[in-house]
Amino acid sequence: MSYAVIKGAGYALVHTPDMIIHNGTTQTTERITNPDSEYLKKLPEHIRSYEKVVNYAPNQVYIGNMKPSDLEEIEMPWCNTEVEGADRFGKFGEIMPQDEFIALLKIVDAFDLVKIEKGFTQTLKEKITNHPLFKKDVEKLKDGEELAEIEKFVNEQHAEAIYHNELLVGCVKRAHDVDTNLTAHILFENLVVKASGVLAFKNLIEKNNIHVEDIDYVIECSEEACGDMNQRGGGNFAKAIAECGGALNATGSDTRGFCAAPTHALIQAASLVKAGTYENVVIVAGGATAKLGMNGKDHVKKDLPILEDVLGAFAILISKNDGVNPVIRTDLVGRHTVGTGSSPQAVITSLITAPLDKGGLKITDIDKYSVEMQNPDITKPAGAGDVPEANYKMIAALGVKRKDLERKDILIFVKNHGMPGWAPTQGHIPSGVPYAGFAREELTTGDLNRAMIVGKGSLFLGRMTNLFDGVSVVIERNSGVEEVRGGVSQEEIKNMIAESMRDFAAHLLGE
Amino acid sequence: MTEKYGAENVIVLFGAAEAESAGLAAETVTNGDPTFAGSLAGVQLGLKTYHAVEPEFKEAVDADVYEEQIGMMEMVLDVDAIIEEMSSMREQFCKF
Repeated sequence: MSYAVIKGAGYALVHTPDMIIHNGTTQTTERITNPDSEYLKKLPEHIRSYEKVVNYAPNQVYIGNMKPSDLEEIEMPWCNTEVEGADRFGKFGEIMPQDEFIALLKIVDAFDLVKIEKGFTQTLKEKITNHPLFKKDVEKLKDGEELAEIEKFVNEQHAEAIYHNELLVGCVKRAHDVDTNLTAHILFENLVVKASGVLAFKNLIEKNNIHVEDIDYVIECSEEACGDMNQRGGGNFAKAIAECGGALNATGSDTRGFCAAPTHALIQAASLVKAGTYENVVIVAGGATAKLGMNGKDHVKKDLPILEDVLGAFAILISKNDGVNPVIRTDLVGRHTVGTGSSPQAVITSLITAPLDKGGLKITDIDKYSVEMQNPDITKPAGAGDVPEANYKMIAALGVKRKDLERKDILIFVKNHGMPGWAPTQGHIPSGVPYAGFAREELTTGDLNRAMIVGKGSLFLGRMTNLFDGVSVVIERNSGVEEVRGGVSQEEIKNMIAESMRDFAAHLLGE
Repeated sequence: MTEKYGAENVIVLFGAAEAESAGLAAETVTNGDPTFAGSLAGVQLGLKTYHAVEPEFKEAVDADVYEEQIGMMEMVLDVDAIIEEMSSMREQFCKF
């Protein structure tokens, strides 16, 4: 069997200003430990408007309206520059405002746990009627609830409040009165993952002319867990998202691995397709409200806006070889194993040079490395430096040690083989996969031949192991030979392609 | 640990990637937590602090092991900035 290909990618961001304040853990922790803090007082002044979030260059890159390299032309901090002619919709997806997302929470809610105030429901109906992907779902918003009813759920029954423009507009109810895994807080976070995952999934389908009924399998790879007290992480976000996305012929499962999970999922999907188990597999992940405003204290201290103000989501379709789209070289996979060790050198060797050695490649044979593409506008003021740049320097330094490049060329390598980061710091979201959409373009119509996707995860956060984790995989330009069952020769394939091109040309002339 | 072994017998070794964060960590175990948040707020331990890329550490360990474990990062990090920051912390706050 030949390699699987990246057939399409969808990306979505959701601007969630009120959720930063009410659901981001930096803020909720501060409210418990230091309720009168200066930070909490100043925070609302630092929250950006939806327009500013749409006009923010890294966000425009995320949805495909700008290229990663465009960021090199903008002086940092990027938040000081608003992109002219920015659009909420892009070729890869969209940036959704908070009110529409609250409607989406209700639309994807299968257990009537989301309650939205009556008047606000009317406003949402008008907005959703105009949304290209959800206009058919307006009825799912129902008529809404009286505000007094919502206040009762929040004040007396531990419901998680939903705010918009600092007003209570709805809530997520708990699903059980004693089960700690079905609390309103957990259900809210899980519904956020589901809803934002559905948004990315729908964008993937819509923007890439995919027949949703062709999807066989979905792998969800976010960082949340759903289940009740008898199976905390039972799952299955994947099937829930597939259901909302209309993928009638799909089933699925969840893959977890902290921030590395999307790259694990990518390798799994490509392997399932290569093995012939499934033809079309979608990997998808929604975003996390917990990480909103994670570095907010540093941003406010440095008089910057709260830059962690969006949820991130993505969906990527992996399909059998079509002779066109870039192939996923599942034979060139890097793994940080149990025995690898934790020094940066051991980590980079296992993830970067080990797979290259398998393919007889040099570090410079990979045109673009997509590492953790965290936006440095967010991480630098928080003291975490420029994460992608640090990774590129490490890769280059290893290249010097292997004599693949000269020491004086480290910075040139970083510029040519790297990219500035543009992904929101949503844990799993920056992890290699934000580049998949661009990789598909640059390895087909563009002039690149090889890219590497690298995902890394901090497993120790779960307290089950002190280990760190990571996986990587090489993506390559398609050699153009399509896989056809039944042993059709290359010559016949060429004839078939030529024939369909002639048909297409005739069709165009006919119009 | 400083109570058990004596502060003069403890060296704190850092591996932080940025001079600023290495300095902040060094300040915490010398002059006390500058953010006044943790258990070392206001506690001046004055410990000896070094970063793994500083020459004092490099000269004290096996050169081959150093090259294998740290050689790559030495190329990547802004070693001069880290040395400057760490020396400044030692000069200001180290008691030993």
